[in-house]
Amino acid sequence: MRRDGTFIAVEVDDQSAADANLARKLTEACPVDIFAQGGGGLLEIVEKNLDECVLCRLCLDASPAGAVKIIKLYDDSAVLA
Amino acid sequence: MRFFEFEAREVIKRAGIPVTDYGFTTDAAEAREIAQRIGGPTVIKSQVLTGGRMKAGGVRFADTPEEAESHAREILALEIGGHMPRGVLVDPKAEVEQEYYAGVVWDGIRKQPVMIFSPVGGIDIEQVAEEQPDKVGRRHFSNILPFSDFQAKEVIASTGVSGPELNKLVPILTRLAKVFVEHDMVLAEINPLGRLSDGSFVALDAHMDIENEARGRHRRLLADLGVGDEETRQAREATPFELAGELVDATDHRGVAGNVTEFDGNLGLVIGAGGGSLTLFDAVRAHGGEPANYCEIGGNPSVAKACGLAKLVLQKPGVDKIAVMMSIVSNTRVDIVARGVIKACLELGHDPGEKIAIFRIPGAWEEEGFKILERYGVDYADRSVSLNEAARRAVEKIQGVAA
Ligand code: SF4
Repeated sequence: MRRDGTFIAVEVDDQSAADANLARKLTEACPVDIFAQGGGGLLEIVEKNLDECVLCRLCLDASPAGAVKIIKLYDDSAVLA
Repeated sequence: MRFFEFEAREVIKRAGIPVTDYGFTTDAAEAREIAQRIGGPTVIKSQVLTGGRMKAGGVRFADTPEEAESHAREILALEIGGHMPRGVLVDPKAEVEQEYYAGVVWDGIRKQPVMIFSPVGGIDIEQVAEEQPDKVGRRHFSNILPFSDFQAKEVIASTGVSGPELNKLVPILTRLAKVFVEHDMVLAEINPLGRLSDGSFVALDAHMDIENEARGRHRRLLADLGVGDEETRQAREATPFELAGELVDATDHRGVAGNVTEFDGNLGLVIGAGGGSLTLFDAVRAHGGEPANYCEIGGNPSVAKACGLAKLVLQKPGVDKIAVMMSIVSNTRVDIVARGVIKACLELGHDPGEKIAIFRIPGAWEEEGFKILERYGVDYADRSVSLNEAARRAVEKIQGVAA
């Protein structure tokens, strides 16, 4: 699953996106509400908030390595490490 | 927020400073009753929040209650400087032997109130200071500790006033200082303060202005005076552009992006940071630029909020370009503001590199911010470029457009 804003894109691998427990953690972690839980507790990316990403890495800390990618579209698509 | 004279007099009266036996009314017939109660010559004064009322015919003298009614009727219908009066004040015509001045103003540079006293009252204190500087006493004082009798004596005595006069003036000055501090005022002025033939003092006119932000702390007083929450008492009503700015700022709780004031130039401003707005606005004007607006941005607004403000300014008729400038900031992220203003340009179909005359915000996350600005071809400056120079560059670009 990937969603693109003007400056920031967020990509979550399919297996993680289907994990309701991870979806809850991401929803709690992100300070600018980029993640939400939809039907069945599944992960949703809130497109209107994508460009609010403050690059805080909290979502990366809350998920298994490589499951979530924060991509800086303005910086040759550099991935937040 | 400015007070009408009748309100300022009430505040003074409550503080224990002697006032005349005046009355306020919005009705000419009642003015006659007040004059009758006073029982002698009266002065009928228009209650407007603007100067020049004497010249405009808003202050008239009456020998009888009938005359007071007729003057009141005329004054109530008289517009002064675009303002209709709130009512009239009917004041006894006091037999004054000498007029004095007593005032407290907030000194924004020293960040302290300053007491000003002069034995020459009834005219502008600025004029006295210019023509008879030895007749104006000043003293800064703490807004935490009380203004003491001794401090009052010092100010009064410095103008040559002594003896019983000085002793009678002391409590007036200390009470005025107390009123000023307790009510979060920026101005509390009695002019003239009259000395009557029996040697007593009485406030004959008063002007007061309290901090707008402090209104909430003085709800009770404002309610007693009949000042409603909706009464802004600004010099003019907010324009639709300014109201839209308030809405942008209310979008969410994060940071500030608003406090917009409308002007009619062609350079839109998105400016802020610790007094930076005023400095930058002045710098733009000093370089011959014509700002389309004033505003304040800071405290880390969201991208959406910065975008909303920039969009509002960009859409203002007559705006050719915007200048995004702040002092060095530690609490507002450069990259977030950069995203906001660029997004505004893109959503309105503009090339950010064309529309943003200059982006000069150094501070937190500036490297990330500069990457964004470079990506969109926006001319930016780091901290090695002063606010003044940034303003000059912005004006140069906009003048290039106009030429
Ligand atoms: S980096 Fe921070 S702000 Fe960005 S999506 Fe992750 S948690 Fe949200």
